[in-house]
Amino acid sequence: MKPLIRFALDSSMYVARGSAIFYGWIIFLGFLSFLMLLGAYEQFTKGMIVTNYNDQVSWGLYEAQFVFLVGVAAAAVTVVFPSYVYHHKKMKEIVVLGELLAVSAVCMVMIFIMFHMGRPDRLWHLIPVIGIFNWPHSMLTWDVVVLNGYLGLNAVCAFYYLYMKYTGREVNKLFYMPLVYISIVWALSIHTVTAFLLNTMPARPMWFHSSLPIKFIATAFAAGPSMIILSFLVINKFTKLKIADEAIETLAQIVTWCLGITIFLGLSEVVTELYPSTEHSFSLQYLIFGKHGLTGLVVWYWSAVVLLLAAFFMLLTPSLRKNHKLWLPLACVFTFAGVWIDKGMGLVVPAFIPSPIGELSEYTPSAIEIVNTLGGWATGLLIFTVLAKGAIGVLLGEVKYRAATDLASEFSSEWQPVVHSSEEIRK
Amino acid sequence: MSEPRDKDEKKKDAPLKPDETSRREFLGGAGLSVTAAALSGAGALLSGSDEAEAKATWGEWFQKNYRLMTEDEKREAVLRLEKRYTEEFGKKTTVDSAPAQEGVLFGYALNIQKCIGCRRCVYACVKENNQSRDNPEIQWIRVLKMEKGNFLAENMDKGYPDPAGIQVGGNAYQNSGVVLEGEHYYEPAEVPEKGHFYFPMQCMQCEKPPCVKVCPVRTTYRDPDGIVVIDYNWCIGCRMCIAACPYWARRFNWGEPNLPAEEMNPVTHYLGNRPRMKGVAEKCTFCLQRTRQGRYTACVEVCPVGARKFGNLLDPNSEVRKILDKKKVFRLKAELNTYPKFFYFMD
Repeated sequence: MKPLIRFALDSSMYVARGSAIFYGWIIFLGFLSFLMLLGAYEQFTKGMIVTNYNDQVSWGLYEAQFVFLVGVAAAAVTVVFPSYVYHHKKMKEIVVLGELLAVSAVCMVMIFIMFHMGRPDRLWHLIPVIGIFNWPHSMLTWDVVVLNGYLGLNAVCAFYYLYMKYTGREVNKLFYMPLVYISIVWALSIHTVTAFLLNTMPARPMWFHSSLPIKFIATAFAAGPSMIILSFLVINKFTKLKIADEAIETLAQIVTWCLGITIFLGLSEVVTELYPSTEHSFSLQYLIFGKHGLTGLVVWYWSAVVLLLAAFFMLLTPSLRKNHKLWLPLACVFTFAGVWIDKGMGLVVPAFIPSPIGELSEYTPSAIEIVNTLGGWATGLLIFTVLAKGAIGVLLGEVKYRAATDLASEFSSEWQPVVHSSEEIRK
Repeated sequence: MSEPRDKDEKKKDAPLKPDETSRREFLGGAGLSVTAAALSGAGALLSGSDEAEAKATWGEWFQKNYRLMTEDEKREAVLRLEKRYTEEFGKKTTVDSAPAQEGVLFGYALNIQKCIGCRRCVYACVKENNQSRDNPEIQWIRVLKMEKGNFLAENMDKGYPDPAGIQVGGNAYQNSGVVLEGEHYYEPAEVPEKGHFYFPMQCMQCEKPPCVKVCPVRTTYRDPDGIVVIDYNWCIGCRMCIAACPYWARRFNWGEPNLPAEEMNPVTHYLGNRPRMKGVAEKCTFCLQRTRQGRYTACVEVCPVGARKFGNLLDPNSEVRKILDKKKVFRLKAELNTYPKFFYFMD
């Protein structure tokens, strides 16, 4: 038990120490999270009337974040799979960071689910045994199962790996490897089930086609690794941990080809729907060209198209893809933004426009929705920052179990904080 | 959890500045676990509601799903509600819990030839079923205005591609006949308007209801008499049913329902027209508080042209069965295989 307590203490101490930039970042995220708490209080006391949802468009910004972030969570597999199936040595060194991103993304998903629900106070109705769990009929219950399972798997894998490294022991492969392989398959399941949640509803023709799940996976494995690459580049810049170029290159190639598949699927959908142009294509028509003079999402759609195409061609060009100073991060930001738009304004919202009786009504999020959404993201990034920083300490060997030392020495005068000079970082 | 009333009164004036206690409660609960989060949510929901409701809400929060209650628990829940509504609305309110009758399967038939679009059914329904009157305004029945369509000689040659050979005639873009265009906000001086007919829609009480299948907590289910009901106290407000309904029949209480006490109908049913709370879904239940007592629904009673018919589908002599026998009948969106028990017909 003692090493465990020490692990918690040591890593907390390590996380709590940082540069001014680090503290600034934490304070910034904390402030946004605090605003979210005020927004949540407002929404939970007054009801969802404070959002701009209505009976016609009954899902919106929150559900868009939920769908997008499930994809980001699933994308951790793009780090785990090359590491353990292809034995990508450089990737294996930092595989735990991918798992921690998955943990943070699932936490964000949970936050947005809470915002999505009309009665978050009745969440216990969903808990099997004490509530009623409509499994296997309801797709939402499948989603609850796979998301919680995924959170558990990644938390256990990441924690166990770091703890073993902390105490200087080897991981027990008999315990660890099965979990890793399960989590690889599981990662696909979470986003597939999220796609099924949407595309099993004939009432919403825009979702009701079988290419939706594969499009979900493709977009997720474009946006997720983009976020991972960006976080790796930040880690390279601000910490002593040096992530190998080979690892980033592998991820960049995954982004490239998933982006290619995404664009192809988008094109297929457009041709399939717009060529015969039946009533079922009205949502897509509204999204791409506007309909009956309503053009609320047209700009969003075309901006996503431009962003994704630009990112794809940047990533296709090896010299640009390998440029970690400007082009690769730019392409990643484009991919991330493009997929985010495509999943929200391009998928969740237009499916409700027109409504099943053919009524078109536009939706724009309210201020409270935007505040809560920003806060949800900030909370998730805060969780990721804290987890990743602790993990980096362990990976660097700066957070290590020293059985000989006791707590008192932590606070003795000999103790010096670990501070990296900028020269050290540049090495 | 529940706080002194005077604090709550203050909070109503300054909604953006929650007082310290409840914020701490709220923050304390939010991170711990699902249950704690739910509890603090309940605390937040409880503050700012009036006293009778707050007491009942606490008891209601722990009650089981209606179907799984024992007879005693049902009685207890009903009594609690009756007491609460009586206090809240200042009139003696009854909450019926009559189960489905044996050998009954309710069905509905609507004559689109007769409907004149007056919407008396819409308002009779609102009055009968205690919908929120404004902010949010909730109406279960929607009457769509349909264009009979028109063909004009000057549109003959309008189309594309132009002028290389016309593929699409200009008339193709004018509604003729039943195309769902969702126009249910029409406000002419008089109905029926020239060149239009009307198409009312409400919950179809499907035999294979998509809403029931997608509900994660089975708060909505099909009762033995074929009516799809909702236990409002068990609904978690996830809105899956609203997304899944191909008839756009379900409504959501986005905010606390506004039901003026003087307009409240005190004859209610647990699964039907009892006053709802915020954050739950609701829809037409074929007025089960009436029909389970052998009466007609409010919309059938009020229809001035007799376009609406209602009865037991298992009884060969019922109105609905006779219509199915003799008239030209269709179901809306039959291709979705939901088997609505709401039929449209023409003479």
